[in-house]
Amino acid sequence: MYKNLRWKVVVIIATAALAVAAFYPPEDRLKLGLDLQGGIHMVLRVNTEEALTYETETTAAQLQESLTAAGVTTSSVRPVDLTTFVVEGVAPDRDAQFRQLAQDQIGLTFDREAGVGGSYTFRMKPNIAVDRRREAVAQAIQTIDRRVNELGVSEPIVAPYGDAGNQVVVVLPGVSDIPRAKEMIGRTALLELKLVEQGPAPDQATLLQATGGQIPPDMEVVPGMSASAPGQPGVPSYYLVRRLAAVTGNDLRTARATVDGFNQPAVSFTLNSQAAGRFGEITGSNIGRQLAIILDNRVESAPVIEGRISNEGQITGTFTQREVTDLSMVLRSGALPASLTPQYEQSVGPSLGQDSIDAGVQASLAGLVLVALFMLAYYKLAGINAVITISLNLMILLGFMAYVGAVLTLPGIAGFILTIGMGVDSNVLIFERIREEMANGKGARQAVAAGFDRVFVTILDTHIASLIAAAFLFQFGTGPVRGFATTLFFGLISNVFTAVFASRTLFELSLSRKPGTARLSI
Amino acid sequence: MQILGKTNINFIKWRWHAIVLSTVVIVAGLGQIVAQGGPKLGIDFTGGTELVLRFAQPVTEDAVRGALASLPGDKSVQRYGNAGDNMVLIRLPQALEVESGQTLDDAADSVLNLIRAANIGTFTPERTDIVGPTIGEDLRQKGIYATLTALAGIMIYIGLRFRFTFAAGAIVATLHDVVICLVFLNWFGYELTLNIIAALLTMTGYSVNDTIVIFDRVRENARVMRKDALEPLVNTSVNQTLSRTVITAGTTFLAVAGLYLYGGEALEGFAFTLLVGIVSGTYSTVFIAAAIALLLTKPAPTAGSAARARVKAQS
Repeated sequence: MYKNLRWKVVVIIATAALAVAAFYPPEDRLKLGLDLQGGIHMVLRVNTEEALTYETETTAAQLQESLTAAGVTTSSVRPVDLTTFVVEGVAPDRDAQFRQLAQDQIGLTFDREAGVGGSYTFRMKPNIAVDRRREAVAQAIQTIDRRVNELGVSEPIVAPYGDAGNQVVVVLPGVSDIPRAKEMIGRTALLELKLVEQGPAPDQATLLQATGGQIPPDMEVVPGMSASAPGQPGVPSYYLVRRLAAVTGNDLRTARATVDGFNQPAVSFTLNSQAAGRFGEITGSNIGRQLAIILDNRVESAPVIEGRISNEGQITGTFTQREVTDLSMVLRSGALPASLTPQYEQSVGPSLGQDSIDAGVQASLAGLVLVALFMLAYYKLAGINAVITISLNLMILLGFMAYVGAVLTLPGIAGFILTIGMGVDSNVLIFERIREEMANGKGARQAVAAGFDRVFVTILDTHIASLIAAAFLFQFGTGPVRGFATTLFFGLISNVFTAVFASRTLFELSLSRKPGTARLSI
Repeated sequence: MQILGKTNINFIKWRWHAIVLSTVVIVAGLGQIVAQGGPKLGIDFTGGTELVLRFAQPVTEDAVRGALASLPGDKSVQRYGNAGDNMVLIRLPQALEVESGQTLDDAADSVLNLIRAANIGTFTPERTDIVGPTIGEDLRQKGIYATLTALAGIMIYIGLRFRFTFAAGAIVATLHDVVICLVFLNWFGYELTLNIIAALLTMTGYSVNDTIVIFDRVRENARVMRKDALEPLVNTSVNQTLSRTVITAGTTFLAVAGLYLYGGEALEGFAFTLLVGIVSGTYSTVFIAAAIALLLTKPAPTAGSAARARVKAQS
């Protein structure tokens, strides 16, 4: 008699129950890939050089401000490239004071090199530049992550990508408004509030008349819109503004959508306490002057400072309701340290994903039914055995996928069909061998035992070879290849269990009730 | 029911025909691929932009092509999915000045704007694939790497499990199938994409699977049929496993054919590769793998060499 038959049956039923428990209900338990549920997958490059430029420009502007405050005159302070700025015309009698001040203020981050005639070149220290680039990427990831959370995407991925060190991968499954998601993620959202020195003017030449056609060293020209009266549509204009911002987006505590005094959509913001003091000082001493609200290097509006403002402000302009909602969202999540350049983008609409699911499921079921019919016709009662074990295999595979949280993709569905194929192959190998053994005159029990024993090595060999391929595919593959490798891998493992262990148990179960001379329907 | 009873076909007799046939197909196919400057690569590997648009009403490909006439570079427009879906696939090559990322997105945007302007119908973008040159290069490298390591892994395993001549036969048969698939993909106008690479490797697993079944049988028979020469030994083994070979290949072929016909556009190339792979894998196991193993075991068996030619039983 067969030993431990009862326990084997228990193990099989328990496995099936566990598998079903793991993946049921499938809508909730199985993670679908982008190709099936829609969404967007992007690889973005963080243009870290912009973060360096910004740092260099800000450092130069701050140094100049301190120099002016200390009464050290220079003829110019200007950035020359990403990491370098030049100070020219330092008065000889102030040279020592200049060096001391520069050393105190930026000695840790910039190397100083003296030239002729009181000129100095400041170059960002190489290790600082590397750090800044790395920080820019880390900050970009944090910012994108916050924005993605604001969008309410479930199970997003925002992570570093590749070896270059400046790429970020963003995966947003199930997002349907793809253009909006892209806009929200890619927007730099650099908010700067800067005092207006001249303007608005319809073109640059008019703007610079007062300053003799030159842009003064501590100022810059920013394009934007200006309204003839509050609440009126604006016209394209140019502003001459201070280079150093009074307040930036980093100083915000929060931002929200609201309406301005003319019932137009606007964004109101609150500053953190540190910035509030500074902002109060600047607005208090500049009453009656314009303050430009600059978003991503465009002046959105330039209201006149009516009085001292400390911690609150409003961004007005020509916005729609949708725009202010999105703008307040990106301002809350903070500015990106640098712009992002798309390197790769795959987006799938939800209905196409559904089409693919339908087609895939339909093809899988058709394959399964076809195979089942054939096995039943060809192997009669033993065919039932094959149908049960192949179905069990698919159940275990689904359970595995749900349990480890593997993502089911379109090639993954193909992996299911292949798993069916592997299951059939194992069954056919065994059944053919049993038939052969019976043809050689063995009794049913002996034939079954010989069939399984002899074929086991072959099944092991074929499965190990395929597992090796699946493992490498998973390790070195990307996207669709990985999805496929995952299903194939689990399918192969569970097939060894079902086609060998479960199938043999079923045979033994049916033979155990019959006399030793019983025939087998195969 | 039984399709094949006990057969005794002399497969080995046909081995030279098979080798010549395979060589002709491979040389012609590879020659053509080389002549056209390498296999056709999908945008996964070349970089570029691909859009699938679903129109609310039927639209002709020519209308879409007309709308895009002002766009530089060669672009392709073709029907996507079933006729009733009103979907078109638009493909743009990699723009030259693409490194500045803006252009990467711009190409897709200008397509949408041009079609909107042409007023040929309302549509929604269903799928967008934009692959920049850096990522394309990256994916290409990874694809090649995955293929080569997986092939090497399988071959090392076979090398460990079987004696040298048989391992060589299995490896040649596997490479044969990969090349045959590439040739057929090229003939039928399929591009190499990540999905196709996955299919190629699956097919490899399948083909090796098939070969292992027969070689395992040879190894098993070698213990019983000690006095026989290798040639009848191999032939008997092929015949003994023939019904399994036919049934497995047949059912898998049917299942994959379902995938090919009903699996949708996205899986068509994948399924095609598998279909070719199943046929080629079965053929190469019976004719190529065994033939190479025999070829390497020659000279013709005398009593002494037959004894030496026994398949090493390692299992």
